[in-house]
Amino acid sequence: MNLFLQQVINGLNVGSIYALIAIGYTMVYGIIKLINFAHGEIMMFGAYFAFIAATSFQMPVWAILLLVMTIMAIIGVAIEFVAYRPLRNAPRLSALITAIGVSLFLQNLALLIFKPEPKIMPKLFPEMTFSVGGIDISSTTLIIIGLSLVFMVLLDLYIRKTKQGRAMRAVSEDKDAAILMGVNVNRTISLTFALGSALGALGGILYSVAYIQIYPTMGVMPGLKAFIAAVLGGIGIVPGAMLGGFIIGMVETLTKAYLSTTWADAIVFGILIIVLLFKPTGILGKNTREKV
Amino acid sequence: MSVLAAKDITMQFGGLTAVDKFNLNLEPHELVGLIGPNGAGKTTIFNMLTGVYVPTSGDIVLSGESIIKKSTHDIVKLGASRTFQNIRLFKDLTAIENIKIAYHNFIDYNLIQGMFRTKKFWTEEKKAQDECMKLLDIFNMGGYANTLAKNLPYGQQRRLEIARALASEPKVLMLDEPAAGMNPNETAELMETIHFIREKFDITILLIEHDMKLVMGICERIVVVDYGKTIAEGTPDEIKNNPEVIRAYLGD
Amino acid sequence: MDKNKRRAYIINTIAIVTLYLAFFILIQTKTMNKYFIGIAILTCIMIIMAMSLNIVAGFLGEMALGHAGFMAIGAYSSASFSIALFNSGIILPDLVVLILAMIVGGMVAGIFGILIGTPTLRLRGDYLGIVTIGFSEIIRIFFINFQPTGGAAGLKGITKLVNFNNVYWITIVIAILIFTFGRSKHGRAIISIREDEIASESAGVPTTRYKVLAFSLAAFFAGLGGALYAHYIAFLEPSKFNFMFSIEMFVIVVLGGLGSLTGSIISAIVLTTLPEMLRGFAQYRLLVYSLVLIIMMIFRPQGIFGRTEFSLTGAIDLLILRKNTKKSVDGGKS
Repeated sequence: MNLFLQQVINGLNVGSIYALIAIGYTMVYGIIKLINFAHGEIMMFGAYFAFIAATSFQMPVWAILLLVMTIMAIIGVAIEFVAYRPLRNAPRLSALITAIGVSLFLQNLALLIFKPEPKIMPKLFPEMTFSVGGIDISSTTLIIIGLSLVFMVLLDLYIRKTKQGRAMRAVSEDKDAAILMGVNVNRTISLTFALGSALGALGGILYSVAYIQIYPTMGVMPGLKAFIAAVLGGIGIVPGAMLGGFIIGMVETLTKAYLSTTWADAIVFGILIIVLLFKPTGILGKNTREKV
Repeated sequence: MSVLAAKDITMQFGGLTAVDKFNLNLEPHELVGLIGPNGAGKTTIFNMLTGVYVPTSGDIVLSGESIIKKSTHDIVKLGASRTFQNIRLFKDLTAIENIKIAYHNFIDYNLIQGMFRTKKFWTEEKKAQDECMKLLDIFNMGGYANTLAKNLPYGQQRRLEIARALASEPKVLMLDEPAAGMNPNETAELMETIHFIREKFDITILLIEHDMKLVMGICERIVVVDYGKTIAEGTPDEIKNNPEVIRAYLGD
Repeated sequence: MDKNKRRAYIINTIAIVTLYLAFFILIQTKTMNKYFIGIAILTCIMIIMAMSLNIVAGFLGEMALGHAGFMAIGAYSSASFSIALFNSGIILPDLVVLILAMIVGGMVAGIFGILIGTPTLRLRGDYLGIVTIGFSEIIRIFFINFQPTGGAAGLKGITKLVNFNNVYWITIVIAILIFTFGRSKHGRAIISIREDEIASESAGVPTTRYKVLAFSLAAFFAGLGGALYAHYIAFLEPSKFNFMFSIEMFVIVVLGGLGSLTGSIISAIVLTTLPEMLRGFAQYRLLVYSLVLIIMMIFRPQGIFGRTEFSLTGAIDLLILRKNTKKSVDGGKS
């Protein structure tokens, strides 16, 4: 029983990171219907920048988070401006290929700048272990889960309560109508990329704290899994991404613990397939059918 | 014996009853108009008759066979085909390819014969080419055979869609607002075309239309629906003077 | 057959034979070393992969991001077959073994195409794309864990049966078959689904059946490509058939033009040979590759050829005869 609870906490730990990254996928998809393949690389760069800030400049944690999230927000906006905006009215597959191109570009850029050898992320958070009823919980785990939750709640409030959040929802609902209502679509899309990338960077930092290693292709697998989480929850729906993230993290951790390490990813994919076959637009997705 | 019969068909979307116990009997060679104000449920009826929607209750019989839960392409095989309110052509294909796709079920060769281009492939493709050309010629569109559908003028697109619907050799042809977006000249031409195809192909035509002139001008029988219910049925003259119909269209 | 068609047949045949002779001479005179022959063989395999993927991505218009999975199935099953055949002591000519192995690989992949396609084709667009990724990853993880085919360490002991001679002609035959398929009633029906699924169904096309056909045929040809790959490299590793490899094939198809088979061929040639040519700048080659991809999509989002086919006869008319030939709408019949 204790072991199980321990695994549940590990699942929450991984899940909250997936959820953070998944939000970036889902927000971008919601607003411009693009699978932003480069999002995994945003998280990778976030991790590298945090590494540099922590090792070369010995900055305090709060400053690292603030700085890296800001930098990655700017980079995210720049990517959208340079690579995606010119393709906004092109076939969607072309935009997808561009996103793949950006992802490859960033990966190889990181390979050039940071070299392929993995770096070790220093411990950013104070190390302590709490024992609650026989379960050991490290402070890092608590901080990861806590930080993720805080940012998710903030984002949710932002989207639901502020004017800019309303603009985001309006653009993702119907871009043309939003333009007619005076919403500045370009600025709203930029803002979406900024927020998504900042959360992605945070996810990257937390991921590298949890898994210690940083390397240029580290964004690929968690990126893919976070994307799956977003689809599982219903892509384009922010709470869906959070739900999906936690489900994927939990399933992955529990399969690794109780069934098989090597099959864990296959089981994650299997669950995704089964859910989609029964609910073709994800758990929280709305079923739309074409009007004849 | 009727070609197509709908018995008490009802369609509910959630709590909303879009069509309520609708009945329709189409006799061979008949030209029937289905009219009603916007949102009366006309297109929903069409969608049920062509298998796009499955009615919540009721039965539809096409040439003696119930078509409830049959897929659209099977219904086409049984002899009902349609056009769409907002033209749905295969835009990036040529006019003749559009027709050939609907002629699909009459082209008889299998995958292997098609890939290895056996003699059967050539004779069947030749037959398809000739038959589809013939159909285009009937609509005076032979000259457009190799034009992409999206590059055709609007009126021609409408005609191509009708020609495509005829390529599957239906017994019942259903036209969903064929005159939508047409000017009076084009509409007049369309009326001629509709008359002509009924004689030429000896088929039954059911037509949804907003253009009263068109409906009154060519239909022998008109069914009026409002709020998913039949409120009147009869000849154009009877419908013109029916108080229920006038109320539905002009309001109380 | 009319005069133009006959002319196209003759010109294309001459081109195919000339190209073969050119390679033949280059190889015989040792102008082309082993390394370049290897690239030529891999290019042929990638041409088959791209053309087969184009059946689903281009003709049917669905986002299929798991082509590597079918290739893996074809590679592993054909290799297991040929290994078993050799172990059984039956001696057959190499080409016969290769063709039998290809048929096995293609069939097994095709059957998996039907099994996977039937339930998943109810999904559309991005959801279909993600499910195809899922299946292909499951296939890869299966081979990592499946010990009879070597597991993660890979499958060794496959006899090398593929050389430039046979792969060239096999690629030509497969390319012609995919071309003729696209121009048959079956290909037409599949293209009509891409254009407008509802209209297609209303025109009497059994759309579900044709979707599954497209999916399984693409899987079948991918299986053939996988079989060729297995009997050329002679060693199979599950990690080769990863998600990025599927993406690579998808990129080839989009860059060539969705629905354009000649586009797929040219794009496969360029994208397979280009990174090899850039080997001297190993560090920068993928950087260049990704930049080309982005710039290409920004300036030519429909790919090199869009949906039209490159026609050799048309090109000759334009270049040599300077005739004002109008570009035929459905693409040249070459």
